[in-house]
Amino acid sequence: MSDRSNLVYRYDGSYQGFLCCVAQCFFDKRLPQGVQLLDEPQATLFGVRAVEADPALARRVEDSIREKVCPDALGMVQQGFLTCMEEKELRLIRFILLGYRHGARALAMSVHPDVHAINKALLYLKNEAHFHVEFLRFADCGGFLAGMITPNNRVLPLIVGHFTARLNTERFMIFDKTHGMGFVYRPGAREGEFFHADAVDLPEPSEEEARYQALWRKFYDTIAVEGRVNPKLRRGMMPMRYWKNMTEFQR
Amino acid sequence: MDLMEKLEILTDAAKYDVACTSSGVDRPAQKGKLGSAVKAGICHSFAADGRCISLLKVLMSNDCAFDCAYCVNRRTTDCRRASFTPRELCTLTMEFYRRNYIEGLFLSSAVVKNPDYTCELMLSAVKMLREDCGFWGYVHVKAIPGASPRLTEELGLYADRMSVNIELPSGESLKRLAPQKSKEKILAPMGQIRDGIAQNAKELVKYRAAPRFVPAGQSTQMIIGATPEHDVQILRLTEGLYKKYALKRVFFSAYMPVVEDRALPALNSPPPLLREHRLYQADWLLRFYGFTAGEILDDANPDFNPFLDPKCNWAVNHMELFPVEVNRAPYEMLLRVPGIGVKSAQRIRAARRTARLDFDALKKLGVVLKRARFFIVCMGKSASPLPTDDPAVIAGAICERSPVQRQKIDAPEQLSLFAPQKEDGVKCLTGQI
Repeated sequence: MSDRSNLVYRYDGSYQGFLCCVAQCFFDKRLPQGVQLLDEPQATLFGVRAVEADPALARRVEDSIREKVCPDALGMVQQGFLTCMEEKELRLIRFILLGYRHGARALAMSVHPDVHAINKALLYLKNEAHFHVEFLRFADCGGFLAGMITPNNRVLPLIVGHFTARLNTERFMIFDKTHGMGFVYRPGAREGEFFHADAVDLPEPSEEEARYQALWRKFYDTIAVEGRVNPKLRRGMMPMRYWKNMTEFQR
Repeated sequence: MDLMEKLEILTDAAKYDVACTSSGVDRPAQKGKLGSAVKAGICHSFAADGRCISLLKVLMSNDCAFDCAYCVNRRTTDCRRASFTPRELCTLTMEFYRRNYIEGLFLSSAVVKNPDYTCELMLSAVKMLREDCGFWGYVHVKAIPGASPRLTEELGLYADRMSVNIELPSGESLKRLAPQKSKEKILAPMGQIRDGIAQNAKELVKYRAAPRFVPAGQSTQMIIGATPEHDVQILRLTEGLYKKYALKRVFFSAYMPVVEDRALPALNSPPPLLREHRLYQADWLLRFYGFTAGEILDDANPDFNPFLDPKCNWAVNHMELFPVEVNRAPYEMLLRVPGIGVKSAQRIRAARRTARLDFDALKKLGVVLKRARFFIVCMGKSASPLPTDDPAVIAGAICERSPVQRQKIDAPEQLSLFAPQKEDGVKCLTGQI
């Protein structure tokens, strides 16, 4: 199934839609020329096939990956879908096919171009998720905490577990502006909920909130030892890309 | 005095404390309590000096009764004095924590009135934080030397990590610069905490619900460069502390001249940052690489080589042991190859079980060969671009030479009556010469 058809798949961008694209490859017995989102402008001369997201079919594909390859491979596909890897759908489809052919051994083929690319993208995803556990900042918006992030990868599903456990006494919301995706949690609930939105408007910080932000900035400025100032080290540990969402740099 | 000013004063007074780690203990979150702790620790920001900010590092009070020469908070300096009330400290910690600014609290204090009084103040703050506010995050508390053992023990039940500052690397220096402190007074609580941790480990085996005493272990720190000790003395002391007191970490802090005193370096002398860096490198060798202090430095070479890190320095002085065969060398020897760290050594050990390794394979494993190539062979082949029989050649090839350091050594040059100037180089390029 290594030869490519002259078809481009278009799907709705959901994880289930993607799994249905995998199934579609099997029905066509060919790899597609490319995989695009439905709302992307259609800029291709190849034929186009719209793939519908079908939850039952998606579950069948997931089960088959778990059984025929291994559970870890399914985890890699699930997380790989969250990354910002170029042509991630096509790479993941090829990885799944590699898994069907070689079984769990496919995971250890770390020099294979697709496996290598996916491993690299997963590392980026995990690192970025960890950066967000560190550098996410909440603001008290009167009764609930709100945090805004602008990650390159979809890190939200990876970090919410940490925050729901740690802040189980708080109502909070995290919103990913890049991907228009958010998460809300209320104390007492076992799990929070994800939602999709184009933008979230937050109220202006109250006087008390502004006071704690000012206190934190004061602490941040005071704790540095003047004789050891080292901007390069700071940038290395805390890339400047994250600064715009951090309270200590918003002034 | 408002909270903003207090926070400024008490942060400013605490910033020379080095340890800001939130590591050492895994404490899963608990329903109804705010916080959790992870073993690796989490940094939440990095200050302008590039050091991590993980904990709210403040003093309980800077109103000190002691007069240690090196300290900003000594009794005889003229500075603003402030103290937190336990309530203020708890509010700050809780509010910062829920906004994900910090991982917990680092509480130290100047000696207010006497050690017991200070210890009670800190205890009341930490107790309120844990019991009234339901705080479940990380707490690091400094033990106050000279306080009663009962108070230290109680503090340990609320804290994750405790530390006692050993302050200076020798008893004589301590006598000279910190007359109210003594080696015995400092080591007493350290020994007490060690015994408490050991005792607690036994209790936990018997009763799962036994209260945990200092679960993240204890650490200490000392000031480097304020007193005339050699590096070898500091390193021996460090090794002794790890062995005798089972410390998790020993921190070093390059002395920043903040106060004028005849017994101290002048105010404008720069902090010995490179020396501090070398001590940390040696500290890693002690803890993770199986070195002993005697191998790194001895009485003939009492100080670190500024151009070679301690591991390279050791290897260059022991060229008779190299090169080692990557496919056969024991793990302990792999660890001693400059450029191969714990991770690389583990990968090599795992990979050579299934395949014979060559240099390409090492690259795929992520082993950096920049320094290692002078000290290893793969299946009998060497990748060294230089002959390895002269240690001086190898030392020259692997030494760290940043432009700043290079300026410090005057390179040998041919003497000339008409030494070429910088401008001559330009003229030569433009054709004027």
